[in-house]
Amino acid sequence: MPESLSVRVNGKLVTVRAGSTVAVAVLASGATCRASVTGQPRSPLCGMGTCFECRVAINGEAQRGSCQVLCAANMEIETNG
Amino acid sequence: MDSVKHLRFDVAVVGAGPAGIAAALAAADSGRSVGLIDDNPAAGGQIWRGAHDSTRPSASSTWFDRLNKSAVQIVRGARVFHATQGELAAESDDSVIQTSYGKLILATGARELFLPFPGWTLPNVMGAGGLQALVKSGLDISGKRIVIAGTGPLLLAVAAYARKSGAKVIGICEQTTRSRMARFGLQMMLVPGKAAEALRFAYDLRGIPHWTACWPVAAFGNRRLESVRISRHGQISEIECDYLACGFHLIPNIELPRMCGCRLRENFVQVGEYQQSSVPGIFCAGEPTGIGGLELALVEGEIAGYAATNWEDRAKHLFAKRARYQKVVRILQDAFPLRPELKNLARPDTLVCRCEDVPHERLSQYSSWRAAKLYARCGMGPCQGRVCAPAAEFLFGWQIDSIRPPLFPVRCSSLAAIASHSAPRN
Amino acid sequence: MNKPAEVVIVGAGIIGAACALELSTEGLRVLVIDESFPGAGSTGAAMGHIVVMDDSEAQFAITRYSQILWDDMRDQFPTSVEFDPCGTLWVAADEEEMREVRRKFDCYSERGVNAEILDSHQVRDAEPHLRAPLAGGLRVPGDSVVYPPCAAEFLLQRARALGARVIQGQPVAAIGKGVARLADGTVFAAGFIINAAGQSAPKLSPGINIKPRKGHLVITDRYPNFLHHQVVELGYLKSAHTLTADSVAFNVQPRKTGQILIGSSRQYGADSSAVDESILARMLQRAFEYMPDLDSLSAIRVWTGFRPATPDKLPLIGPSPQDPSVLVAAGHEGLGITTSLATAKLICAQILGQRPAIPIQPYLPSRQMAAEAHA
Repeated sequence: MPESLSVRVNGKLVTVRAGSTVAVAVLASGATCRASVTGQPRSPLCGMGTCFECRVAINGEAQRGSCQVLCAANMEIETNG
Repeated sequence: MDSVKHLRFDVAVVGAGPAGIAAALAAADSGRSVGLIDDNPAAGGQIWRGAHDSTRPSASSTWFDRLNKSAVQIVRGARVFHATQGELAAESDDSVIQTSYGKLILATGARELFLPFPGWTLPNVMGAGGLQALVKSGLDISGKRIVIAGTGPLLLAVAAYARKSGAKVIGICEQTTRSRMARFGLQMMLVPGKAAEALRFAYDLRGIPHWTACWPVAAFGNRRLESVRISRHGQISEIECDYLACGFHLIPNIELPRMCGCRLRENFVQVGEYQQSSVPGIFCAGEPTGIGGLELALVEGEIAGYAATNWEDRAKHLFAKRARYQKVVRILQDAFPLRPELKNLARPDTLVCRCEDVPHERLSQYSSWRAAKLYARCGMGPCQGRVCAPAAEFLFGWQIDSIRPPLFPVRCSSLAAIASHSAPRN
Repeated sequence: MNKPAEVVIVGAGIIGAACALELSTEGLRVLVIDESFPGAGSTGAAMGHIVVMDDSEAQFAITRYSQILWDDMRDQFPTSVEFDPCGTLWVAADEEEMREVRRKFDCYSERGVNAEILDSHQVRDAEPHLRAPLAGGLRVPGDSVVYPPCAAEFLLQRARALGARVIQGQPVAAIGKGVARLADGTVFAAGFIINAAGQSAPKLSPGINIKPRKGHLVITDRYPNFLHHQVVELGYLKSAHTLTADSVAFNVQPRKTGQILIGSSRQYGADSSAVDESILARMLQRAFEYMPDLDSLSAIRVWTGFRPATPDKLPLIGPSPQDPSVLVAAGHEGLGITTSLATAKLICAQILGQRPAIPIQPYLPSRQMAAEAHA
């Protein structure tokens, strides 16, 4: 298994340690995961799949929690805020 | 369009934390088919997250070794969202997994209690366990300044872990009193193995300020956390930091047990001496039966695994060990009650429901959780109240209402894949 | 302290709330009594579609009258009511349903309801996520959507501002002869008592025939711009007609939040509010047939509700045959939100002895006795 891999967050290339989750890739890129319904920036709170603050679009599929999804090579991740 | 996979096990275990792993292994001893279902990419739950492929020998590595050598089938990345008699439906990345079982062991663990205060929704304000989970999932915190706050022994574990991960832990803000903390330390010394653990913590945390009667009052920052204001014995001070890891102890994940019809007692799953729930054939082990930590979860899991495979003798053998660790539940309850000041941290405009951005002032006019949901949308978002309902219960005294599928948000196609095979529960 | 009420309304759902506002506006002293909190019953589970329906002249009359009343109020609603003039798009899967489209178009046009026939291209332009090919559809732009619990709360707040009193958390045990008696024994006397108790209406006015018709709804996470109209299949009418079979029909609604509400199902005789997985699956499969992209949306919640249904699908609005001081305002099936404002007007006209804006005959509760007498 490779030591690290690269994904794209909002088009920007991000390299993470293999085994990292998508949430971590988003944070590493300097982005926040989402904008709340009143426009506040939000990032992961619980880290374990219960708070849903970490929702992003992964490979075109929106509203996906990212803290329990492993990064895969060439993944396209889009945040909305 | 999803595929539907069908699995069948003599014993299905939901939750691959310590309790679930112990239960699965005990059940597998009998030679029966055992499935271990978990929504994370790998087994380990919270406390053993990422430990499955650690090269360092530790308590967990023996368990993982055994797990990997056993005949237990681990079903990863599968989140259970529905249960009927004898069958579970779980959603994975690309399919729905229907699992039928003879016996069921629920080891769904616990999550942190979050209490609202001004600024708690800022990026980089996380749970204490939340920060730890993210670091274990690859987040690099070397050189980052971290304040840890809230209550409970998890704060100590996270502080030690953060330090080992290269962060600068500025301080630990524990809301309980110094005397309760001292009593906690003394009482834990009497629990097998805890004295050594305490010494390890004392060493790992040397030099890190540990403040009692201390809690966060507000978090500040423009688009992300920049500083935290804390109250310490009535004195207010501000600390610049990169992360605030804040959680107020743990609450049990009882949603799936409730959907299965398991009776609760004071919000925990009621179990008998064989870890059996009120529903025949369904067992429960670990935090959902009482917050008691790792060792208790392991022994409860083992008892449940043996009991589920009719090996009562082996289960009975573990009763004494369980009794020793059962004490931890009461020790924790006594040590970390939430002080009433925490109810007043939220300002009128402080959000209580983060999914729907519902502020405190919008909620305080309602007299029930149900009314708050219908009128203000509190708890109507994807977390389904997992974050805001316990906070609302603490702030307003509201009891949550009934449980309905799906237990978690799932793709509509997954929802369409569940069809009852028998009469729906309750 | 307070002067006694002139009208007691049992039930603070959308019907009771609408009646409270209308009567208070006319200067009457109103007391509303609800067994729980306002909107806790069918109103809290409802879709909130305000729709002109043409199953019968009587149904058309009351839905059209009421839809105009909702429209007239639109500038007064706070954002919580989520009033959205998105319109309805009736979709036709085949030529037979297209004939129904044309019939509806003629019916609406003759009666002054704006409608537009869409062919199979246009219907997909109107809603890009609809599958191809569909035969076409009918767009009715005057229909709209509200969020029912907050709509009821708003009407009640306005009623309170005009002097209405509201008692919550108190079940009413019996009504009649100018008196409403609570379960705890408290008695309220009033010239008129309005039975707007929804599912519980028959308990308070024995003899009226209202049966619960269970429905399921699914709400998704936020997908702004996925859907633009309330979209309903014309087969909906086929399912709403049958009185005994369980049925599902494609019926989706965009909420102002960007969430999609997916319905609908109808079951008679189901008395448990638990989610029925089989009919839920059928309902979703039906929805995917019309809008395949729905299947990958994230479903956050599922709930059930009971529509109070009458055998002839018209509501009961008028004096109870046993006691003229009791006015029944119940049995609105799936059109409670739509027809609430008109129901309030009709009730008010009866109380004040004024001429109602539409003929009241078809909705009188006495028709049920007459029907039984002839049976």
